[in-house]
Amino acid sequence: MENTIENLEAKFQAKLDAEIKIEPKDWMPDKYRKTLVRQISQHAHSEIVGMLPEGNWITRAPSLRRKIGLLAKVQDEGGHGLYLYSAAETLGTSRDQMFEDLNSGKAKYSSIFNYPTLTWADIGAVGWLVDGAAIMNQVMLTRASYGPYARAMVRICKEESFHQRQGYEITMALAQGSPEQKEMAQDALNRWWWPSLMMFGPSDAESTHSAQSMAWKIKRKSNDELRQSFVDATVPQAEFLGLTLPDKDLKWNEERGHYDYGAIDWDEFWQVVKGGGPCNKDRLKVRNKAYNEGAWVREAAMAHAEKRAERKKNN
Amino acid sequence: MENKEVLFDYVLRIADNALILGHRVSELCGHGPSLETDIGLTNIALDLVGHARVLLQYAADVEGKGRTDDDLAFLRDIREFKNVLLVEQPNGNFANTIARQFLFDTFNYHFFAALTNSKDENLVAIAKKSIKEVTYHYRYSAEWVIRLGDGTEESHEKMQSALNEIWDYAGEMFVADEVDKQMLAEGIGVDLNAIKALWEERVTAILKEATLDKPEDGWIQKGGKQGKHTEQMGFVLAEIQWMQRAYPGMEW
Amino acid sequence: MSKKDWPLWEVFIRSKAGLHHKHAGSLHATDEEMAMENARDVYTRRQEGISIWVVESKNITASVPDDGDMLFDAAKTKPYRHPTFYDIPDEIGHM
Repeated sequence: MENTIENLEAKFQAKLDAEIKIEPKDWMPDKYRKTLVRQISQHAHSEIVGMLPEGNWITRAPSLRRKIGLLAKVQDEGGHGLYLYSAAETLGTSRDQMFEDLNSGKAKYSSIFNYPTLTWADIGAVGWLVDGAAIMNQVMLTRASYGPYARAMVRICKEESFHQRQGYEITMALAQGSPEQKEMAQDALNRWWWPSLMMFGPSDAESTHSAQSMAWKIKRKSNDELRQSFVDATVPQAEFLGLTLPDKDLKWNEERGHYDYGAIDWDEFWQVVKGGGPCNKDRLKVRNKAYNEGAWVREAAMAHAEKRAERKKNN
Repeated sequence: MENKEVLFDYVLRIADNALILGHRVSELCGHGPSLETDIGLTNIALDLVGHARVLLQYAADVEGKGRTDDDLAFLRDIREFKNVLLVEQPNGNFANTIARQFLFDTFNYHFFAALTNSKDENLVAIAKKSIKEVTYHYRYSAEWVIRLGDGTEESHEKMQSALNEIWDYAGEMFVADEVDKQMLAEGIGVDLNAIKALWEERVTAILKEATLDKPEDGWIQKGGKQGKHTEQMGFVLAEIQWMQRAYPGMEW
Repeated sequence: MSKKDWPLWEVFIRSKAGLHHKHAGSLHATDEEMAMENARDVYTRRQEGISIWVVESKNITASVPDDGDMLFDAAKTKPYRHPTFYDIPDEIGHM
């Protein structure tokens, strides 16, 4: 068969239909490639920016056990960013390019990280809710049609399994602690609940990229489906802790077999996406600082390696 | 001082070095010059805080007053912290961080190696367990000194000034006071003079490979081992201890 | 400011004695020493391995997907390389 565009597209579609993974050297439609680069790099940026709100509390963690757990977790996020950047690099972009897109504000990352972590309870809430929401998405992505992305997600899901448990344990210690601690946990839950629901993105009716991503089997479930699974999973977890989810419309719907939940404030969502969140500017400032101040280090290491290679050659 | 008190003090010194340096390095998590370096440095921070934990648990046992590792980390006041001044110095730029790390890691490696021959079984067990990680740190920071020293003109200059700036703090690691002497006499502690020779040899060799000048020995800034710290330490403790101080007596 | 990424490396890890090295992922490093350090720090945080190989990605030659049929389909027509191709009486037992 000749490699006309039509044939290539048909072959590509046949592979998707047969659940055969697409690999870096395979032919793929330009738009598929671009969508993947956008999505994987956004995902990577979210991991890297996500290190900041939690990293904030490493130095203030209230016990040595908590300090080690949090440090390991934030480090894992760096690792996950690395795996994802590597997956995106197989599509022909460079890590430097992706960093520059992030730093200039051109690339997006998950808006959840534009909210501040104010108290230690926020570290519990972030682990429990934000990681919980992320896992819903990531488990789905282990089946993504692009091989390197799916494989990165498998590794990430394996490693993430302790993150949500850590967050829940932190929240549990507070919920079962003094009245002051319990109040701290409830306050954190109140602030993180709605932004966590927003993490799944706009509702299916509004989502611009969703349908195509589903057709390409990058995504397997819609935003609303994932959001519903998250709500269903989280309600009993909150009940166990004796904490109240801040939604008066939340109730079990026998007919649907799911929890109904209240309306999400999409104005807030879009404000934060567009840069109006409490921490958007700060996060980018910190990323730019680390990248720019690291430039001489990266250059020096490269220069040294070149010198070393040169000397080896001459010996 | 009674034997038990001397041993308590001695273990605290080792523990606090790990705790405070681990804390300093942990400040960098998420801010490293490259992702790989960020992850590598955080491994070092994790190792150090891990060492601090077992050492503080042991110190608490030696003291025998029912305190825990967390009590010792979060509820001692500044004068009761016994780390050397070197480790409490701020991260500065990456060259400052590496200079501090290299001088300490080189000391720590030889210190732990010697500690495996201690007469105190607990210290031997801790040293044997930690030495593997400490050996990795010892190589890691030396590699970075070489890269930065023998990298670009800019990195060479930054690495050289970082060494010059921190050099006065290195000497304290080898100044033996009464506690060190008593512990050595009892076969528990490490002979700091013997380690100094090994440290000098290694530092000289690495700096040479890195095309860096070894700074002149001059005045030694010291006092940390006796709890007389630099002003930096107050801020370090303010951050480490804030939660436990603001919400006393709670479980987290 | 230089825009040069550190070169890309592929990391292979032997998870326990007796097993093959298996591709774990990629990373950036300036040279083999650093690649080894970074591989240890990035890919063995949970005791994933006892031995590491690193190779600079550009040194790997990969087969071209379009050659797939030519390279691999031929093997499909060679059932005689598989034990089930040969009939041995049941009485002989396992062979």
